[in-house]
Amino acid sequence: MLLGGVILLASFVYLGILFAIAYYGDKRADAGRSIIANPVIYSLSLAVYATSWTFYGSIGRAAVNGVGFLPIYLGPTLMCALWWVVLRKMIRISKVHRITSIADFIAARYGKSAMLGGLVTVIAVVGIIPYIALQLKAVSASFEILLQYPEVVMPPKGRAVALWRDTALYIALLLAAFTVLFGTRHLEATERHEGMVAAIAVESIVKLLAFLAAGIFVTFVVYDGFGDLFGRAAQLERTAPLMKFGDAAGASWTSLVLLSMMAILFLPRQFQVSVVENVNEGHVAKAIWLFPAYMLAINIFVLPITLAGLMHFPDGRIDADTFLLTLPMAHGQEALALFVFIGGLSAATGMVIVETIALSTMVCNDLLMPVLLRLKRLRLAELPDLTGLLLAIRRGVIVLVLLLGYLYFRLAGEAYALVSIGLISFAAVAQFAPVVLGGIYWRGATRSGALAGLLAGFAIWLYTLLLPALARSGWLPISFLESGPFGIELLRPLALFGLSGLDQITHAMIWSMLANIGLYVGVSLSGTQSAAERRQASVFVDVFRHESGGAGFWRGTASPRDLYLMLARFIGAAPAEATIADYARSRALPWPSDDLVADAEFVHFVETQLAGAIGSSSARIMIASAVKEEALTLDEVGTILDEASQVVLYSHQLEQKSRELENATAELRAANERLKELDRLKDDFISTVSHELRTPLTSIRAFSEILLGDPRLAADERTKFLGIITRETERLTRLINQVLDIAKISSGRADWQMTQVDVREVVADTLARMSQVFREKGVLLVEQLPERTPPVVADVDRLIQVLLNLLSNALKFSPEGRGRVEVSLRVLAGELRIDVRDNGPGVREQDQPFVFDKFWQSGDTLVAKPPGTGLGLHISRQIVEHFGGRMWVESREGTGACFSFTLPLAATGASLQVGPGR
Amino acid sequence: MALRNEHPQRLVALFALGCVLFSGTLLGMFGGEATVLGVPALYAYLFGAWAVLVALMALVVELHD
Repeated sequence: MLLGGVILLASFVYLGILFAIAYYGDKRADAGRSIIANPVIYSLSLAVYATSWTFYGSIGRAAVNGVGFLPIYLGPTLMCALWWVVLRKMIRISKVHRITSIADFIAARYGKSAMLGGLVTVIAVVGIIPYIALQLKAVSASFEILLQYPEVVMPPKGRAVALWRDTALYIALLLAAFTVLFGTRHLEATERHEGMVAAIAVESIVKLLAFLAAGIFVTFVVYDGFGDLFGRAAQLERTAPLMKFGDAAGASWTSLVLLSMMAILFLPRQFQVSVVENVNEGHVAKAIWLFPAYMLAINIFVLPITLAGLMHFPDGRIDADTFLLTLPMAHGQEALALFVFIGGLSAATGMVIVETIALSTMVCNDLLMPVLLRLKRLRLAELPDLTGLLLAIRRGVIVLVLLLGYLYFRLAGEAYALVSIGLISFAAVAQFAPVVLGGIYWRGATRSGALAGLLAGFAIWLYTLLLPALARSGWLPISFLESGPFGIELLRPLALFGLSGLDQITHAMIWSMLANIGLYVGVSLSGTQSAAERRQASVFVDVFRHESGGAGFWRGTASPRDLYLMLARFIGAAPAEATIADYARSRALPWPSDDLVADAEFVHFVETQLAGAIGSSSARIMIASAVKEEALTLDEVGTILDEASQVVLYSHQLEQKSRELENATAELRAANERLKELDRLKDDFISTVSHELRTPLTSIRAFSEILLGDPRLAADERTKFLGIITRETERLTRLINQVLDIAKISSGRADWQMTQVDVREVVADTLARMSQVFREKGVLLVEQLPERTPPVVADVDRLIQVLLNLLSNALKFSPEGRGRVEVSLRVLAGELRIDVRDNGPGVREQDQPFVFDKFWQSGDTLVAKPPGTGLGLHISRQIVEHFGGRMWVESREGTGACFSFTLPLAATGASLQVGPGR
Repeated sequence: MALRNEHPQRLVALFALGCVLFSGTLLGMFGGEATVLGVPALYAYLFGAWAVLVALMALVVELHD
C-alpha cells in the first residue's frame, strides 16, 4: 500500500538529496575546485533534453505510430556530429562576449539590439510554456495514478477540480520554490550554476536507471525477452502495425528530425547547459558520442513497453502515456513503481529547473532591464545597489513562468498527448535557427532581417500551432479550424493557402520556415548594416580569428571610478572590486588609482562584465549612460580603415626597401672583398716585379763596375762580361715587355687584331721558324698536323706568341741530345686542340695548379735560377682565354709534360664576335 | 581534448551518413514481416544503425592520437 504520505516523503527526500548535491557543487565551485569540470558530467547534463516527454510521452506516441517517437532522438544524434563545428563556435562566442542566454546571443549578434533580445525572449517564453505544462501534467498525472495503488485507474478527465484541490498547482508552486532555491540564491556575474549542473547530471542518471529498470522488468520478467514480446505483439491486430514503418510515422519523420536538430541547439535549457554552463569547450568532444549513446539507451525499451502495455490493457482505458508507471503497478511491483515515479519526477524537475532559470535570465536581462533602465522616471541607474532588484525580478519570473505553464495546462492540457504539446514548443524555438546559424556564418545578415524573419516565423507558429491548440480545447470556436477565420477557407490554420494533406507540425514548419528564412535573407540583402551591426557581425563570424571582442572601434571619455561604481551596483561591491583589480593586475596597471585610464579596452571589459549580469543590450544602455561616448561616424570608420590600409601599404613598401637594401649591401660587400683581393694581388705583383727587375740590374751593374774599375782586364774576359751584360739587358727588356703585356691584357687595353686565322698554317710557320733552334740543341721536333683546319677567329701575332712560349718552354726542359717534342693539332667538336708534349722532367702534381700563375717558376728558385721570367705561361693562358679557349697542363713527374690549349671554331664566316677583353 | 583539423571533416561525413541511414525513403524498405532474432527488422535496423553511428563518432573523437 502506497500512501500519499510515502510518495510525498520519497519525493521530498529525493529533492532534498538533489539540493544537497547542488549546494555542495556551489561550495566547491566557490572554492575553485569545480566538480563539473568533466566531460562525462557535461554530457549527462545535456541529457536534460530527456524530459517527461521522453520518460512517459514517447510510449504514448509509440502507441499511435510505432517508431514515430524516434526522430526526436535521431535528429539530435545527427546534430551531435556537427557540434564540433557549430556548438563549439557558439560556446566560444558566448565565452568571449559573456553571453548568458539565447536571447542575449541573438541580440548581441545583431548590434546588441534590445528590441531583438526582447522579441526572442517573448517567443521563447510563449513557446516554452506548453512544454512546462507538459511536465506539470506528467508529474500530476503520475502522482494521482500512483496514489490509487493497487488500483490502476486513470484520473477522471474533464472534471472541474477546484483550484486549491488541483495537484498540478501545488506541483507548479513546489517546483517554483525549488527552482528559486536552486538557481537564484545569489547573483552570478557569469550566470553559471555549477551546483545545478551537478544535480541535473545526477537526475539524468536516476531517470535512465528508472526507465531501464522498468524496461528490463517488463521485457525479461513479464515476458521472456524481446523475441517473446515482439512475437506475441505481432499476432495482434492492434499492435502488429506498430512494428512497421507506417504512414503515421513516415508523414512527419523528416520534419521531426529537422525540428529536433534545431531544438537540441536552441531550446533555452539546452543553450543553458551546453553553452552557458560549459566549463571547457573541449568537453564537447566527448559529448559528441556520449550524449547520443545516452539517448539510445533510454529509448531501447520504449517500443517493448508500449507493446506490453497495449497487450496488457487492451480496452484502451489506460492512457498509453502512463504505461511505464501502470505496468509495474498492474504487476504489483510497488517499489519499482515508486522508482519510476521518482525517475519521472527527475525528468520533469530537471527540465523545469533549467528551463525556468534560462527563461528568467532572459526575461530579466533582455526584456525587463532594458525597459526599466530606459524609463528615466524610475531613476534605476542612480540606485546604489541593484543586485537585490535583479534577484527579485528573476525569482518573480520563475514563479510567473510556472504559473503560466499551469494555466496552459488548465486551458489546453487535456486535449493533447504529451508529445504533441512538446512539439509545439519545438516548433517555436526552431524559429531561432535561421538567425543564429545565419548569424555565426553569414556576415551580411542584418538586424532588420532578423527582426522580420523572427516576427513572421513566430506569427505563423502562433496561427498554425498555438491557436488550433486553444481552439481544440474549446477556448476558440472550432469553426475557426474548420472553415477559417471569418469563413475564409484559404486561411484555415491547418491548411494555410490550401496546403493540405500534411500533418500539423510539417505544415506549420513549412510555412513558418518559408516566411522566416525568406524574410531574414531578403530583408538582410536589401538593407544595410549600421556600424555596430557590422562590428558585431565581424566578431561573431570570425570569433576564432580575433578574440578581443572588438574593443578597438570605440572612442569616448569615461572615468574609471564611475565605471567601477556602476559595475558594483549590478554585481556587488566586492566582486566588482576583485574583477577590476584582476584586470588591472593582468595588464600591470595601477588600481585603485585615478591613473587607470578608461580606454576603449577598459570600457569594453566593464561592458562585458556587466553583460554577464544583465545581458548585452542592458549593458550597452548602462555603458552609454556612464560614458560620454562619441558615436563613430561612417566617415571616421572610413578614416580608420584608410589608415589601416595605408599602414599596411607602407609596411609593404618598407619591407621591399629593406630587402633591396640587404641585396645592395651584399653586393657591396662582395665588391669590397674583390677590391681587397685585387689590391693584395697588385701589391704582390709589384713586389715580385721589382724583385725580378733587380736581379738582372744587379748583375749588369756588377759587371759594368768590374769593366769600369779594371781597364787592364783581358780582352776575352771583357768580351765575356759584355756578353753577360747584353743578355741580362735582353732579359730585362723581355721582362718589361711582358709586364706591359700583362697590364694591357688585364686592363683590357690590349690592341687585338682579330681576324679569321688558318691555325694549321700558323703552327706550321712557327715550327719552321723554331726548327733551327731545336736542331742546334739536338731536340727532335715531331709535328702531327691535319691536311686543313676550319678557320678560328684570333689575333695571329698573339697566337704565335702563345706557340713560341710553349715551344721554348718545351725546348728549355727537354734533355739535350735525346730530347723529343711533339706538336699536334686536332679538330674536335666545335674547337681546335693543340698539344705540345715534351719528355723533360715534367711538372710535379702539387705544382700543376700554379704553373699558370704570375712569376711561377719550376724548380727550387732559391737554389737555382731557371731561365725565363715566369710570366710567359700566365700571358699565354690570358691570350687563349681571350680567344674563348682553355689552357691546361697534364703531366706525370719524370715522363714529361703536355701543355694543351683549345680555340673555338668560328661558327660562321661572318662571326667576328669575341668575348670581352680582359 | 582538442580535435585535429581532419576530425570535423570526418564528423561532418558521419552526419551525412546518418542523414542517409535515417532517411524516410530508406526506412520505407522495412515494411515487411522479417525479423532479426525475433526482433522486427525495422526496429533492429534503427537501433543497429544508431549504435553503429554512435560507435563511429566515438572512434573519431576518442582515437585522436
